Amino acid sequence: MANFFLDNRDLQFHLDHPLMRKIVELKERGFADRDLYDYAPADYDDAMDSYRRVMEIMGEVCGDVIAPNAEEVDTVGPKVVDDRVVYAPGTAQNIEAITKAGLFGMTLPRKYEGLNLPLVCFVMANEMVSRGDTGFENIWGLQDCAETLNEFASEEIKAEFLPRVSRGETCAMDLTEPDAGSDLQAVMLKATWDEKRGTWLLNGVKRFITNGDAEISLVLARSEEGTTDARGLSMFVYDKASNCTKVRRIENKLGIKGSPTCELVFTNAPAQLVGDRKMGLIKYVMSLMNAARLGIGAQSTGLSEAAYREALKYAHERRQFGKPIIEFPAMYEMLTNMKAKLHGSRALLYETTRFVEIYKCYEHISHERKLEADERAEQKAYSRLADAFTPLLKLMTSEYCNQLAYDSLQIHGGSGYMKDYPIQRIYRDARITNIYEGTSQLQVVAAIRHVTTGTYLAKIKEYEALPCPTPLAHLHGRLVAMREAYERAVEKVTAMGDAEQIDFHARRMVEMAGHIVISHLLVQQSGVSEDYRLSAEVYTKLGEAQCTAAAEYIAKSTAADVNSFKSVLDEYL
Amino acid sequence: MGKALNIVVLAKQVPDTRNVGKDAMKADGTVNRAALPAIFNPEDLNALEQALIIKESCPGSTVRILTMGPPRAADVIRDAMFRGADGGVLLTDRKFAGADTLATSYALSRALLKIKPDIIVAGRQAIDGDTAQVGPQVAEKLGWPQVTYAEQIEKITDTEIVVKRRLEHGVETVCSPMPMVLTVNGSAPECRMKNAKRVMKFKNAKTPSELNEAQDEYLNMECCKKPYLNISEWGVSDIECDEQQLGLSGSPTKVKQIENVVLQAKESKQYSASEGEINSLMVELIASHTLG
Repeated sequence: MANFFLDNRDLQFHLDHPLMRKIVELKERGFADRDLYDYAPADYDDAMDSYRRVMEIMGEVCGDVIAPNAEEVDTVGPKVVDDRVVYAPGTAQNIEAITKAGLFGMTLPRKYEGLNLPLVCFVMANEMVSRGDTGFENIWGLQDCAETLNEFASEEIKAEFLPRVSRGETCAMDLTEPDAGSDLQAVMLKATWDEKRGTWLLNGVKRFITNGDAEISLVLARSEEGTTDARGLSMFVYDKASNCTKVRRIENKLGIKGSPTCELVFTNAPAQLVGDRKMGLIKYVMSLMNAARLGIGAQSTGLSEAAYREALKYAHERRQFGKPIIEFPAMYEMLTNMKAKLHGSRALLYETTRFVEIYKCYEHISHERKLEADERAEQKAYSRLADAFTPLLKLMTSEYCNQLAYDSLQIHGGSGYMKDYPIQRIYRDARITNIYEGTSQLQVVAAIRHVTTGTYLAKIKEYEALPCPTPLAHLHGRLVAMREAYERAVEKVTAMGDAEQIDFHARRMVEMAGHIVISHLLVQQSGVSEDYRLSAEVYTKLGEAQCTAAAEYIAKSTAADVNSFKSVLDEYL
Repeated sequence: MGKALNIVVLAKQVPDTRNVGKDAMKADGTVNRAALPAIFNPEDLNALEQALIIKESCPGSTVRILTMGPPRAADVIRDAMFRGADGGVLLTDRKFAGADTLATSYALSRALLKIKPDIIVAGRQAIDGDTAQVGPQVAEKLGWPQVTYAEQIEKITDTEIVVKRRLEHGVETVCSPMPMVLTVNGSAPECRMKNAKRVMKFKNAKTPSELNEAQDEYLNMECCKKPYLNISEWGVSDIECDEQQLGLSGSPTKVKQIENVVLQAKESKQYSASEGEINSLMVELIASHTLG
């Protein structure tokens, strides 16, 4: 009888953001669907009411089905039987419950039997699923592949595949190969046009494919004979029904054990080209990856929620020295910091989601009609913000969920190290979030140009210009000082005039921007709800200390430092 | 797979007595309904699931809810519509108020004569009264066969239904002609969850009095345009009945005294249908002042 939406005021708070009015308008486009579909909303209030109701159902499925299944799914895991993946029974139950509740196809247009909900709702759903079972979140979240089809595929492909996603068929994105992990340009799986059969045929091996035996797979393959770089790659959609793939093995992972990570062999597998040839990696995978990174932001935040709740519960229940351990300063400080990081993660998650949502909506509208000049300008601005905030989000939230899992286990003490409490699973599950869909180091690579070109700085100044809620007026000066320290640090590093210097200090600078952004978001939230006053104060304190440390490190660094760190290159065992 | 059936689920809105706080009972020993959230009686949800399973196996069938209660009991009809029911009837009238199980089953049976279902499905019992009488009494009043403690429907044809019953010492599979009454045990599968599209479709379903109270131009228009949004509401004048048998006047049950007890006996006892055993049961009940 748990409901992961109704028991989470922070989550509900973010559904009521003022930008939702714009998002609903862009998503419903004059509420034209109201006369075509009996479940389409008639106006803004009607839409918001429907969103809340659907989120409530999602919250119930997560609390009553997915979370109770998590332990068994983690223990039993999926298996390979006759070259196919067989899910753990709990995973199959989860999929069935979600399908019956009609929640798949959450963001897809109604003409493809989707719910046409905003991305904000889908991200909330991801978060709730992850709080229940982080491994299962992958299987649920991969329906996002349908968004890439919706954006780039032909009408025929959309009509064939999208309704199936709405009916509960699962997806996979088959990108990596044994010799192509972070470096996807090296993908070698071959796509050849078979004139006789009138179809593309895929041949080769994919590795580390999440939910690799999905009904519908997007496959990155080399369609241009003789090429070796990104320009020879195209995107294909493969239907499992053709039965031309074999699952060779499922990886034995540290965590997210319910999510099958497969090695797949394609043998003359018929597939359809998505969009244009040669644009596979350059355009479509970039779109997939950005969506996936937002997904990991949600997954990480859901995990942080779970880690915090487990810690809070245990700290109240566990008694030592005659009192509950939560009464000891070391414990309540840790828990308060955890809560501030959790609130901060979620603030950044929905800020980023709204940026992505708005620019994507304009993208879809631009397929229907020409955008007006002001719409185009707005789309460009939000697209830039989405581009800057997505890697920042992935970096900050995945690192925070690892910190929260670590602290939560610490609060559990020796019991947390045993496999008796959910925290051991949460701890193992958290570890992948700052690795897959681009490691933290790669997020920094994606984010750094927004440090050097000033995207973060401009946005931070916008936040500064907003009125600071009175009870937290004393924080304003400190936030300004943090920004000034950030500017000085960036100035010093860029003045060294060398790309390697920038890369060397990149993470420090990107994280400074992250801390300042999150502090501002929480301060602003505290102006709307008292709930956030403490987290805003605590987070700013933590962020300020981190910024000071990074600024100090940079201030004390010289150009020669890089070389001294390079001496490890000459060391061999 | 059988013909299309007209299925009615008897449902009751009850105070949630499963998680009672200290203010759950009033000083006089009666339930403090205001302090407890009103919910769909749990075993009626098991009943709804069975009805929806029958509907799925007999295409063209309809599932409607019949509930008696105050105007806000329309919530259980909406809830059922979110899960797959086609609609429902709310029996509401001051003249129904104060009914014990006898008067309730009388009112329900008169409404059912008007609906003419093929199958009536009810939960075994409600968590506020725990009598398990209403389902069987409805069957008696209609003169229809009843199958109680149902757990699974094994087979359904045009004229018959085969049902597995969960009994104290095992299971029993029985066959009944239709029309008939089925009461469903809590051990039957849980009801499916609300469906997102159905929630969005039916969230504005209203009874005429709810519409009247809302005074909302838009809702009125919607309900006019979309017949599926209208929940029927019947008062005493909508069913053919003897008013003396309704409400307080139709209820022979009198509460003599209420006391707190700790239950020690097992939940059920079995008696054969012989005169001797029924006599000994009567003697026992009179001796314990349960009767008389």
